[in-house]
Amino acid sequence: MNILANIFSACLLLVQQTPVPKDLPLPLPLPEELLVVLLVVSFLVHILFVNLMFGGALLTLFFEALGYVKKNEDYDKLSLEIAKTTTVNKSMAVVMGVAPLLTINTLYTLYFYTANALTGLMWIMIIPLVIVAFLLLYAHKYTYEALRHNKPLHLAILALAVGLFLFIPLIFLTNINLMIQPDKWLMVKGFVSALGLPNVWPRYFHFIMASLGVTGLFLFWWFSRRAYDFEGTFNTLKLYDLKKRFYSITFGASVAQFLIGPIVLLTLPEKGLSWHMILVIVTGASISIPALVYIWKEINGEPAKIGRRFPWIATCLSFTVIFMGYGRHLYRATSLETHQKLVKQKTEEYRLAVEEARKEALSPQKDTTQVAVLSPGQVVYENNCKACHALDQTLVGPSFKEAAAIYKNDKASLMAWIKKPGKKREGAAMPAQTQLNEKELGDVADWILTLK
Amino acid sequence: MDFPIFHLDFFGDRLMIAVIAILHVLINHGLAVGLVPIVLCMEIKGLKDPTWDRLAYKILTVAFIITTTVGALTGVGIWFSSSLINPYSIGSLIRVFYGAWFVEWTVFVTEVILIMIYYLTWKKKHKTEAHQLVGKSYHVLTGYALAIFSWVTMAIIVAILGFMMDPGNWNNDRTFLSGFTNPIYVPQLTFRTFLALTTGGAVALCLTMFFTDKNSEIRKKSVRFLSKWIFAFIPFTLIAGFWYYLVIPEGMLKNMSVAVGTQQFQNYYEILRQVLMYSLGGVLLIVGFAFLYPRFTPPKWAFFIPVLLMFGLLGYFERVREFIRKPYVIGGYMYSNTFRVEDYPLLQRDGILKHSAFVSTKEVTAHNQYEAGKNVFLIACSRCHTTGGVNSLVEKFDNMYGNTGKPWGASAMKAYISNMHLSRYYMPPFPGNEKELDALIVYLKGIQFNSAPAEGVQNTGLELGTAKDQSLTSNP
Repeated sequence: MNILANIFSACLLLVQQTPVPKDLPLPLPLPEELLVVLLVVSFLVHILFVNLMFGGALLTLFFEALGYVKKNEDYDKLSLEIAKTTTVNKSMAVVMGVAPLLTINTLYTLYFYTANALTGLMWIMIIPLVIVAFLLLYAHKYTYEALRHNKPLHLAILALAVGLFLFIPLIFLTNINLMIQPDKWLMVKGFVSALGLPNVWPRYFHFIMASLGVTGLFLFWWFSRRAYDFEGTFNTLKLYDLKKRFYSITFGASVAQFLIGPIVLLTLPEKGLSWHMILVIVTGASISIPALVYIWKEINGEPAKIGRRFPWIATCLSFTVIFMGYGRHLYRATSLETHQKLVKQKTEEYRLAVEEARKEALSPQKDTTQVAVLSPGQVVYENNCKACHALDQTLVGPSFKEAAAIYKNDKASLMAWIKKPGKKREGAAMPAQTQLNEKELGDVADWILTLK
Repeated sequence: MDFPIFHLDFFGDRLMIAVIAILHVLINHGLAVGLVPIVLCMEIKGLKDPTWDRLAYKILTVAFIITTTVGALTGVGIWFSSSLINPYSIGSLIRVFYGAWFVEWTVFVTEVILIMIYYLTWKKKHKTEAHQLVGKSYHVLTGYALAIFSWVTMAIIVAILGFMMDPGNWNNDRTFLSGFTNPIYVPQLTFRTFLALTTGGAVALCLTMFFTDKNSEIRKKSVRFLSKWIFAFIPFTLIAGFWYYLVIPEGMLKNMSVAVGTQQFQNYYEILRQVLMYSLGGVLLIVGFAFLYPRFTPPKWAFFIPVLLMFGLLGYFERVREFIRKPYVIGGYMYSNTFRVEDYPLLQRDGILKHSAFVSTKEVTAHNQYEAGKNVFLIACSRCHTTGGVNSLVEKFDNMYGNTGKPWGASAMKAYISNMHLSRYYMPPFPGNEKELDALIVYLKGIQFNSAPAEGVQNTGLELGTAKDQSLTSNP
């Protein structure tokens, strides 16, 4: 019993250090399970295009630089061909990002917004940074001809964009990590300190490798399409060599994931770990093994047969991605489970408190007598003048006792002033009270003149 | 508001949203909705005369690059910035409009895919002459589809905007359909449509000056075509503008808590009318000149003027739209300080600090008034005001009390803040209790002479008032 009590008080302490806010008092627009499916699926589509955009930009830079160093025009052409896909994929990445953004807003409102606010300046910087990166991509793509004889400059434009692309994922990863760790909210002071959260960097390298893996596979398909006139475009480059190269990129990146993946898993705060989630992740990882074996075989097999197993490989790796996406969601759900319960409780308590206070405010109590004694003029005063005029002191405007002394026995002038004030004193001029009708004007003037 | 408070104490939070949102509207109306139909017309003319086709392609290049970078990202930026600054209101809106936004998103995805197809396949070469002709006619069809989808995206957004401003609807009837049946929906959409078409014309005319040779035949023809385009839509813009101008009061005045509001509204309203007349008049003058003397060219930069005039008109129109929804952010449901109308009795009794999860002071005591007051400022005022920057409270009170340089009177401030919503209709009532109001006044009087910016959590991080503190403070 004693041990249990100790655990309980330890939990309480933990809860005290973790803020428990209340949620929005509105129901979810769709059943929660459906929103989860939408979130996982739409996020995977979004991140797929992000991978292609990022990996594409990286490989464009690589091949253009290779062409420059080796003085081989073909690599230059290759980089342009890849750049053309990148600018399309980047638009898809943005527009496909809106659906998961809205869905995570809906499902994890409190967590997502809190993380955003805590790293607010860098979070909003995503917008200008991505704009600049995109403009640089266009500047690069449309100046292949114009800067043909100034390659270093042309490469620098792209390098700048790639540099931005290397930085921006850190902002997202920081937020995604921070949102699932309410117990870290008190320790964070802005983006830089949040970068130190344990899981940010392993996940960052995981993302970069995933981008290279996905892009390698995509480009393999892109250049081996029947409709693509490879021989007509390139002089010395062989399609087989290129295919081998793209396969190797995917192979290398995926093998690297087998090293980075366990680090990601180990650095995850333990709170969100569950056997269910680990099973999903391990299943996902094992599905990729046959794909990697096939890639290896195709790279080292007969040149004529390369690509035959491609549909298989792509299918296996797609399943890996789906399992990883689902595992990622399971981790988040488990991490937040306890906190969400507390939030739910708090939200309900608050709802009841609001209701109770509203009833109390509506119940006819002490105030009725007061309302009854107000004269019509005083009612006008309460609703129209009180913000700027007090009875016996200067607020924004002079006191009404002073006004009463000035307009002694001159109701007409007082009414005229209220309707169309002039300006006699320093400070803000009084606005004309055109909303008052003659009766109200008369009432309030009468009442003011009774003040002494 | 039960979120940590992000706050920019110099620029003001609203300015950040405004810059991003206005930029997005200008690009959406001027370079997508309004410009695509012009490019399409030019492409059709280009079927007979290739110089038209070349000009259309150049204009579309500009539109394509800007819409897929600045345009797309500022669209996402509206989400980013508004959820950073008004999480409570934007979160509530998303929960109610999830379905509507999902539909809007699918239309938007289609629009993005169409513009990529339209632009990137413009110069596609086909095998034979006959294929080329068929290919081109498909391309023109894509142009039609793109023009329609960009307009539909706008039509759906206007419904959401209209709903936010429609008093009562939120409380009675939380369905998206009421966004369309709203009395200001059709006038607003009509006005925006013609405004966009005129702005598109101004943008195309400006670009044409840069993309055509002074003495070329295409310069003469395109200037004629574009001036006629602008002439044709200016009267409609004007008529739709006045229609919108006439229905606003019907829709909006019901929203206003006291009649004094009408007067402040009238001022805005009067300026809107003038802005409408002068900007359209200015455009007419310059474009008319170009029409009558296409060979005589004023410096190219002069054609930025109609574009800027139209952008100014568009910007002012958005400003009025924002103004007339006050004091609410969601009509009748949530004030612009993002407290729900429903929460007021509780908060005014118990205080806002007690019900905030992320504050360093859960209660006002004799020792923490300054800090508690700062927290009250951040929670209740900082969505619209700063301490010393844009829409500064120090400046507001200084002006109100005559810039005398003397300390403001605490009791006068108290009386004013307690009642400000009665005479300044755009202000929500003060949400906290009396102790909090006193603390706020201590804070404000503190910064009157000794200004120190009120920083948001993005700089300061969080510090919580612990339970221990509370027990100490509640037993003095």
